[in-house]
This record gives sequence, structure tokens and C-alpha cells, in this order.
Amino acid sequence: MSYITGVGLTSYGKHEGLTSLDLMSKAAELAIADAGLKRVEIDGILCSYSTVSLHIMLATVFAEHFGIRPAYAHAVQVGGATGLAMSMLAHHLVEAGVVKHVLVVGGENRLTGQSRDASIVALAQVGHPDYEVPLGPTIPAYYGLVASRYMHEYGVTEEDLAEFAVLMRTHALKHPGAQFHEPITVADVMASKPVASPLKLLDCCPVSDGGAAFVVSCAPTNQARVKIRGCAQAHTHQHATAAPALSELGAEISIAKAKQASGLSIADVRYAAVYDSFTITLAMLLEDLGLAKRGEAAARVRSGDFSRDGEMPLNTHGGLLSYGHCGVGGAMAHLVETHLQMTGRAGNRQVRDASVALLHGDGGVLSSHVSMFLERV
Amino acid sequence: MKPLDWTTGHEAILYQACASCRKVQYFRRGFCAACGSTELTEKRASGKGTVYTTSIVTRAATPETRAHVPYNIVLVDTEEGFRMMAHGAGDLAIGDPVSARFTQFAGRLVPYFEKVA
Repeated sequence: MSYITGVGLTSYGKHEGLTSLDLMSKAAELAIADAGLKRVEIDGILCSYSTVSLHIMLATVFAEHFGIRPAYAHAVQVGGATGLAMSMLAHHLVEAGVVKHVLVVGGENRLTGQSRDASIVALAQVGHPDYEVPLGPTIPAYYGLVASRYMHEYGVTEEDLAEFAVLMRTHALKHPGAQFHEPITVADVMASKPVASPLKLLDCCPVSDGGAAFVVSCAPTNQARVKIRGCAQAHTHQHATAAPALSELGAEISIAKAKQASGLSIADVRYAAVYDSFTITLAMLLEDLGLAKRGEAAARVRSGDFSRDGEMPLNTHGGLLSYGHCGVGGAMAHLVETHLQMTGRAGNRQVRDASVALLHGDGGVLSSHVSMFLERV
Repeated sequence: MKPLDWTTGHEAILYQACASCRKVQYFRRGFCAACGSTELTEKRASGKGTVYTTSIVTRAATPETRAHVPYNIVLVDTEEGFRMMAHGAGDLAIGDPVSARFTQFAGRLVPYFEKVA
């Protein structure tokens, strides 16, 4: 058994003058307070990497800075899937009795701590150093390659993809912490600057500063009763060149294993939190996970199914596309929002029923996947 | 020993064929990633293939690459059976039969695919 007992999230956008450690500390403080715990009760720390503050022992650096002497601590690196991978590890550590309360934390001053070019260059290193990087691909280009192929095989259009950007923006408008506060339309997305075809600026998540944290515990510590029911991973490749066919990507493998581990099915899911680095990422993952039929995810957006009052509310905070993307913390915000929804604390974003949630993260170029089911008990 | 292919500035696309399981691989290593055998033969590819997918980059990240925008990043399925990333002509579409030549990009030699009639 493991429970998510507390969550913490900063606003995303510009945090001028704050370091990665500052942002991690802010989020950690919030999460520990939310769990009703004291720093001294935290006996495990899992943290992400920071592309701004590279360090070979970031978890220990953070522990010292924050003032904790944990029994277990290290950093985890799975790109965008890191947040859920850390949650999965925390779940197993707690279940195995290694520690009682694991603090999972990520944060980066990725927007103000380095130039946007530096950020793009750092991230392009997910490409192969000899066979890909010399060709000048960017992360949007890797996903542009995926998008072109997906559109070709399943008849998805650029207007279809634009729907996801609009949906995430609509959701972000209700969250004061989101990076973007101006509404957008499909026409705005279509007219935005081309980045890597078929992806345009508004198909891409921004670069942000921010931090997110949560506490995974062996037993509830307060009113929140959010249990990790089951989770699983899949890793099929690292580089776009070595990716399998679209029908053999890791999301389908990890969701099948997570269903088995949790004993739950898609029909049980009431709230979805799905990785959305680009509009194509969200469209594909929804279909890979079985939250929409193949090629029909955009139609479900248009019919309102993924809206707050819809059948399957999705990323009600605005996701990476509009809440923001500060590296590993980016997708951790999905879990924080899920927790608020499951505990009835999402205010004007609150959905009717978030008793069972499905979370999914992706790292690299659809390389690493983590699927996780949460249940309110 | 480094390969004498485009990654080291030579006008060639090389790949490895496994004598044990017959698989081919593009990313060079000292063993076959499919079966672990070290009985690999280095071969030179014809440069012919089919476009798997494309993405035209208009927002580059470095001053060197920015000078080249727009440029088309392509994944090509070669006739030898491996997939590779390269540059390509701006008009390439998925499924097009293509052939490789070489061009300069950001101070490096890179493979560049064009449609064949």
C-alpha cells in the first residue's frame, strides 16, 4: 500500500532570481505541509535532474540545502517520464518497507536560468550524438517526425492537433498559477509561427520556471485518501531513428501492464492526466492508452468529453501546453492537479467525480513510458 | 576505430550486418544488438530507400544551424533494411522513393535525400 499524502506546486512561468534549488524547496515545503508532516519525518528523497544546475548528486545537494538527512536518496532521470517514474519507485520503496515517507521533488529555473537556445540545445541531446544531433534536429523536430507519420497513417489533420492546444489553454484560464492567461482559438494555433512541420508554436509547450513536489507515504497522514493502485513502465528505444512502428510504441505496453498491476480498466477511469509536451503527444497517447479510439481523440475534444464537465476530464490545470513545462516538474503538475481533484480541492476547476485517475508520462521521443492508476479510498 | 562514413566526413553511409542472426543495424557498435554476436560485417549502403517521415525545421537552436533554415529532417527506410535520419529536399512526401547525395550543413557533411523518378 502507498498513498499520496501531500502535494505542492508553484506557479509556472518566470521566477526571476530563483534557482532550481529554490523552486524545489518551495514546492517541497508546500507538499510536506499539505501532508501534515514535519521535515524530520521525511526519510526518503527522490529528485529529478536540472538542465540548469547539472550535478552528479542532486538529491544529496537538495537534502542538505533543505535540511533533511534521509535514509534513502538519489536522483532519477527518465526525461519527461521522470515524475511518474519517481512516484512508481516511491510506491515500491514504501511498499517494501524501506522508508515511510518519500518526498518526490522536481524544479528548474529553465526559463530565466538559461537562454531559450541553450534549453533547446540541452534537450536536443536526447538525439544520437553521431547519427542524429549533427543533422540539427530539435525536440519539436523529433515530434514533428512522429506527427507527420501519425497524420499519414490515421488521417489526423493539423486542425485536429490544434484542438488540444485550445483545450489546454481553456483549462489553464481557470488556474491562477498557469503560465498563459489569454484564450486561443484553432485559427490562432494554425496561424502561429511554424517551428518543425507540422508543429507550430502553439502546438509546443513553453519553457518555464517552476517546481512541484509530493509525498508518498505508507499510510494516510490526513483526510486525503489517495492510493497508488498500480503502475508500470515500458522502454522501447531512446532515439527517434530506433523507434518501433507507431502500433508498437511503449504507451500500449505500459498501460496493459498497469491495468494488470491495478486490476483496473479504462472503464473505471474518471479523470485523466496525460503528458502533453506537444499536441501530437497528447493526441497519440490518448489513443494509445485507450481513452479515445484510434484517430478519434480530436473529435472527443470537440464534443467536450475531455472538458471539466465532460465524460473524461483531462489535465484540468492546463497541462504542459498551457500551465507550463519546467522540465521534470512540468508533468509532476499533472499529478498535483489530479490529487487536488481527487480530494475535492480543485476549486472552480473541480470535476464531478475523480475517484479513479489514470496518469501517463512519456520521456525522450516516446521512448520511456510510465502509466499509473490512483484511487480515492 | 572510427567508421569512414558521413559521421566522420566521408561520403558514405555504412551499416553493420550480423553473420549470426542476419539482422542489420545502423548505429555502429561492437556487437549485434539483436543477438549479441560480434560477427559483424561493415557494409556500404546504396543510398536508396523510401521516406518514412519528414519534418521541416524553421526554428533552429544554434547560430550555425539557423543559417540553414528551413531544412527538412527525414527518416528514410533504406533498401538494406535499416532506418536512418538525414536531410532531404523540401518537397519530399511519405512513401517517396529516394536516393542520397551529400551536402554541407553547419560545417559538417550530411546525407541529403532527393526523390528519384
